[in-house]
Amino acid sequence: MTRLARTARLLALGWLFYVKMATRSAFDGLLGILYPLFFATVAFFMFRAGHDSKSLLYASLGAAVMGVWSSTSTTAGSAMQRERWHGTLELLVAAPRHFALVLLPASVAQTTIGLYSMLATLFWGRVLFGIGVSIEHPLLFAVSVLATVLAIGSAGFLLAVSFVRYRAAWALGNMLEYPVWLVCGFLVPLSLFPHWVRPISWVLAPTWGMQAIRESALGGSPLADAAVCLLLGAAYVLAGVLVVERVLGAARRRAALSLA
Amino acid sequence: MPVVEAVNLRRTYRTTTGTFRRRSLEVEAVRDVSFQIEEGELFGLLGPNGAGKTTTIKMLITLLIPTSGTARVLGHDVVEDATWVRARIGYVFGGDRGLYERLSALDNLRYFAELYGVEPRRQRARIAELLELVGLEGREKERVEGYSRGMRQRLHIARGLLHDPPVVFLDEPTIGVDPVGARELRATIASLTDAGKTVLLTTHYMFEADQLCDRIAVIAKGRIVGEGTPRELKARVADGSVVEIEVYGVPDETVDRMRGIRGVRAIGVEDRDQAQLLVVQTEPGAELTHALLSELDGATVGRVSSREPTLEDAYVALVSDEPEPVAQ
Repeated sequence: MTRLARTARLLALGWLFYVKMATRSAFDGLLGILYPLFFATVAFFMFRAGHDSKSLLYASLGAAVMGVWSSTSTTAGSAMQRERWHGTLELLVAAPRHFALVLLPASVAQTTIGLYSMLATLFWGRVLFGIGVSIEHPLLFAVSVLATVLAIGSAGFLLAVSFVRYRAAWALGNMLEYPVWLVCGFLVPLSLFPHWVRPISWVLAPTWGMQAIRESALGGSPLADAAVCLLLGAAYVLAGVLVVERVLGAARRRAALSLA
Repeated sequence: MPVVEAVNLRRTYRTTTGTFRRRSLEVEAVRDVSFQIEEGELFGLLGPNGAGKTTTIKMLITLLIPTSGTARVLGHDVVEDATWVRARIGYVFGGDRGLYERLSALDNLRYFAELYGVEPRRQRARIAELLELVGLEGREKERVEGYSRGMRQRLHIARGLLHDPPVVFLDEPTIGVDPVGARELRATIASLTDAGKTVLLTTHYMFEADQLCDRIAVIAKGRIVGEGTPRELKARVADGSVVEIEVYGVPDETVDRMRGIRGVRAIGVEDRDQAQLLVVQTEPGAELTHALLSELDGATVGRVSSREPTLEDAYVALVSDEPEPVAQ
């Protein structure tokens, strides 16, 4: 088996391993039911005054992507912390494969769980509040969702790199949850924010992913937004791969890999 | 060429005290530790809790960077060639941690087989071999959270051997395991050298080191205080004798005064419910029972006996002589 094939196999099996683990927690399962319900409710009450089916769908899609981001930002940090508590972080670092090949599938797995949250939010919106989900370009919609999931997973990977070095960094993940909802335009159009916020939105891949999803659902052209989203995701991965060994070196020097 | 070589390894940890007036302290966990392990040898690093055993092993397995000194495994530096070293060593530690509890033993082993580069077509057979070696065949599909401490420990060993490493590091592998389970684990550990592996075992169980190890280094307060075969270490105290005194509520100052009695080599204190057992090692020919009891005047004394020294006494003598490192 070639080195490239081995790497692809490790990424795929790592993703499966972490998805399997995430689906085995009853507590996380309960949150998986409650969170989408919460997001769908927020979207409905924010936009019901408009009585416009398009604006309700706009909000419902935003609420759906909120779940993907929340799943990544909060769990990417707590997942690394859990590895530390369980003593498995050291074992992963002590393995001979590049550590990025461990972290990346773990982060994308969390985002994949968030994908369920996205579907569940749309489902609750439809069942409880009658928000219709009519997608203009189903294929482009699927491409946009995939690009968004991969890019958010990449952002989670970049966050997880810092969680390896700094034991308290998991709190940063929680702290980033709500601001990203806002500055990426999940619920409120970016045009309502001051100009200085926009550069921040532009460097965040979820902004472009969100736009691509809405364009494809509401009948626009999402490909350029999806491409920027994927490019930014790739940049996050590249940055993570470049710094992860340096971060690990610092953690080995500062004895930050274990709690002992 | 030694398989494992540590040369003047030193590791300090930085810690802080205080809430408002924070003060930074440097604690020396390992101080100038040097030893060599030859091919096929089972080498024991023996010491009490906090002696620096785990810190030493973590430097050797590339998880900690030494503050100074060097370490080589199979001739490769553990800092410069960390990835090369990682592919050729196995690491097993004791206790409940280090496993993915929500998943099965098989899931755990499959993932680590992939991480350690075991050929996909070999993985199934290798995992089956190891499950048989550690006696977990038939239980591999159960979630690890339902495993006993002994079963978890055996799973740890299987995980550490997946890639058939020539060098295995075992960090207190029998800690907290019941006596029967610990005996089975020791049999598994002994079989590793039969399979040609070089093993570094850390433990604070004297009988375990005596039973398993070809050579032992005794570590106390971060420093190697004695090294040799179990027989050589026993010989250090073989010429003396040991007086055991059961006493109720003896203060530390009294024990310190007893240490100053001429002819006393070392005193160990073991807590036994409300009583303490003072294990006093004496110079050859010294008859100290009367002098020792005089120092205990006023305390309630129980059984007093004398016996021949054991390896444990050699260990106690070595670790009790070592002064505390100074925090800076």
